[in-house]
Amino acid sequence: MNAFSESDTAGGSTMTALPGKSPVKLTINGESTTVEVAPWTTLLDLLREYLDLTGTKKGCDHGQCGSCTVLVDGKRVNSCLTLAIMKDGSEITTIEGLTGKDGALHPMQQAFVDCDAFQCGYCTPGQICSAVGMIKEGHAHSDDEIREGMSGNLCRCGAYPHILNAIKQAYAATEKRTAA
Amino acid sequence: MSALKSIFGKDVDTTSSTYLGKPTSRVDGPAKVTGGAKYAAEFNVPNLLYGYIVSSGAARGTIKSINTAEVEKVSGVVKVLTHENAPKTAYLDSSHRDQLASSGGAPFRPLYKAELEYSSQPVALVIADTFEAARYAASLVKVEYEVAPHETDLRANMGKAHPPTVTRTGYVSAPKKPRGNPEGAYDAAAHKVDVEYSQPIEFHMPMESYASTVAYGEDGKLTIYQKTQGVQNCQEYVCSVFGLSSSDVQVISPYMGGGFGSGLRPTYDIYLSVLAATALRRSVRVSMTRQQMFSFSHRPEAIQQFKLAANSDGMLDAVTHTAIEETSQNEEYLETVVNWSGLLYNCPNVMLSHQLVNLDLASPADMRAPGAVTGLYAYECAIDELAYEAKLDPLAFREKNYAEKDQNEGKLFSSKELREAYRQAAEKFGWSGRPLEPRSMKKGSDLIGWGMASGSWEASQGKAAAKLVLTPDGKLVVSSATSDIGTGTYTVMTMIAAEFSGVAIENVTFELGDSSMVYAPVEGGSWTVSSVGSAVKTVCQELRDRLFKLAGKVDGTPLGDTKIGDVTFANGAMHVTGNPVKNVTYAEALKAGKIDKLELDTTELPQLAKQATHALYSHSAVFAEVSVDEDLGTIHVTRVVSAIAGGRILNPKTARSQIMGAIVWGISMALEEEGMLDDKVGRFMNHNYAEYHIPVNADIHDIDVIFVPEHDEVVNPLGAKGLGEIGIVGVAAAVTNAIWHATGRRVRSLPVTLDKLL
Repeated sequence: MNAFSESDTAGGSTMTALPGKSPVKLTINGESTTVEVAPWTTLLDLLREYLDLTGTKKGCDHGQCGSCTVLVDGKRVNSCLTLAIMKDGSEITTIEGLTGKDGALHPMQQAFVDCDAFQCGYCTPGQICSAVGMIKEGHAHSDDEIREGMSGNLCRCGAYPHILNAIKQAYAATEKRTAA
Repeated sequence: MSALKSIFGKDVDTTSSTYLGKPTSRVDGPAKVTGGAKYAAEFNVPNLLYGYIVSSGAARGTIKSINTAEVEKVSGVVKVLTHENAPKTAYLDSSHRDQLASSGGAPFRPLYKAELEYSSQPVALVIADTFEAARYAASLVKVEYEVAPHETDLRANMGKAHPPTVTRTGYVSAPKKPRGNPEGAYDAAAHKVDVEYSQPIEFHMPMESYASTVAYGEDGKLTIYQKTQGVQNCQEYVCSVFGLSSSDVQVISPYMGGGFGSGLRPTYDIYLSVLAATALRRSVRVSMTRQQMFSFSHRPEAIQQFKLAANSDGMLDAVTHTAIEETSQNEEYLETVVNWSGLLYNCPNVMLSHQLVNLDLASPADMRAPGAVTGLYAYECAIDELAYEAKLDPLAFREKNYAEKDQNEGKLFSSKELREAYRQAAEKFGWSGRPLEPRSMKKGSDLIGWGMASGSWEASQGKAAAKLVLTPDGKLVVSSATSDIGTGTYTVMTMIAAEFSGVAIENVTFELGDSSMVYAPVEGGSWTVSSVGSAVKTVCQELRDRLFKLAGKVDGTPLGDTKIGDVTFANGAMHVTGNPVKNVTYAEALKAGKIDKLELDTTELPQLAKQATHALYSHSAVFAEVSVDEDLGTIHVTRVVSAIAGGRILNPKTARSQIMGAIVWGISMALEEEGMLDDKVGRFMNHNYAEYHIPVNADIHDIDVIFVPEHDEVVNPLGAKGLGEIGIVGVAAAVTNAIWHATGRRVRSLPVTLDKLL
């Protein structure tokens, strides 16, 4: 892609044109939408700055902290390392989309409240999305497996033991529901 | 909880509390787990511009030129601000000093002059109509420096150490004269240690980066959504620096993605966003990158020397403690480091000294338990060494030298249940089974070690106010300009308000984080519950007095001529105690008084006369287990038990989380955190989460928190000492002492990494 060209002129001086926008079709939290995005816009910035879905957090913008974790086609990804334009046709679930339409909390959200699995709350949406994704991957069978599987999501408040408890509670609730 | 035996020998009745002392989930929990809680960079006001900060590539010298020609060609760029074109802010240094600045300092001013103060300081702000355009354009800014020599190496500059020359709120200088004769006692003692401990620079690293969204009003008024631990401190700072009227600046911060002290003082993002917004008369957001989070504050590096001695009975007889810390060239950052060593154990001969070395770095800042964490890490390791010299169990040594009073000040403690904390934590941990000699325990190829330490933190109270509004629908809204940085302020204040107003908790809302609210001090130092909580308690008690008087106006009041002392306030009604049928609801009382909305506010001051006669401290007893791979040197903290004597625990649920998180911090300090400077360029090399290590989930194992009952009627009207700091103090020492017990190696520099064990 030839992103930059010195084509625009404004007031006689040559301007550096920015990359043009392209339509990207996304299903975000169950709603289908087409957005015009520049190729350099990350999925994270698209959500936060253009769609006002600020539940997804920016912690480092380098894929090092996991605060920006969302589910793309059911898989957990760092949205800061994902260009929005690459996800044409994908289904995105953010923290806002885990909550029921009636406002009912997802079992993982409820478990985080019950277990006090956060303090400042900034890493929390990423932790919750990551936990939902991890359970779906089938990696939540033991404490060690959960700790390992959640180690891409930093929590500076140090809520890790409570995050572990919350995931176990939500996992047990899911298992129970599946069995019933 | 039933009646407890207090240290005053009186029974403390806690059965009557409705909410306090009961584990309560965070009232802001649902907002935080659904993404509904809005942080500073998430207020998407219309027509917002984005500012992207360009950071300095040199530590010292001057900016020769800033070439922005290419930048201004990028479409969408609105302005590039540098020291050459930025509007000048207040001239006097005193105008730039916020509530927590040291006296006499010259706080850093971004884009103010060509001279550099430290590497990575802001040198330009690129403002564009999208974040991406600003970020790209910022990469095109070309800065040329006339580089001058710099000094960033503390050890190489130890010769320049000097005592503090200024003062700072909360800083307690080291006693000027020694207590007794420490040198003579040391020379004559049976058991001695003469050791040096060092601790690197550490960074707060909250998950949310600093951000400031300035909404520029049509009338020129500024609404600033700011990440901060003190909205009013920021508001005063902005008004003072930019010469604005306080009625034109409102600072709002309902949620904060972690602070740990980094947001006590105004950060440079607010300076830059206000600079841009006022220059352009537009709404502007400035966010720091993660890398820039390493460029404005840190826990200072410290080198500490000890000469400790005990007599043949194992009684501590001499303590000499010198701490040398770095500070910036423009400010003397002050924290209380050495005084703890004259406080924690009984000792007749003590000499303490705290010194500073000015380096070409950003000013250090308060970071969780500032001073205490530094001083007591090193002291509690050195005490462990002395206990072994005296062939005593480290816990027995501490119990033997238990301080019944604060010898620094010659005062009794208002309460101190540390002995009970030792007992309960040791029992839970299984300490009595510990062999004295190191390298005595093994599990497979791992060496196992057990270590312990104690901690202390001051239980202070500041002036604070609270306001309440009661409406006829029975809803109570209480507010104060404090913060909830994740500590649980929203929740505990709601509980206090419900407890003392008699309004059911589901009808109580607590609001905070708005500079237009009644006065609260910055949220830090573990003093929010004691300061703001006491004000909330008082205003709610005043509400009951008012409602009781109004009840007298109700026709044929069921309360009759009952005295207020015989009335119970609960569930939004007053009734004769023991007879709930005879009641007046708060709504009926308001109606009788013809009041649509009952508003009250009060300012609570600490009872200094009562407090001044006592030493006010919280305490901790921390026990840690480590396993160390003998071949590889890898260290795991497998178990921590911490018992806290922190006064009354108002919300055991969030209190436990706070202490648990602080223990994670202590483990992190012991094993992981280290700001690594490249002294050749005067710059931090590891300025990102991949290279500045903090624990991940897999690093953290069993953590057990115990709260020891502690009754205190002196410390503040709630008897709660605050818990933000005490949980971290001593943890790094307990872990380091456990590593010694496992391996027989005394590692005297943090972090204890595997290379230091091999």
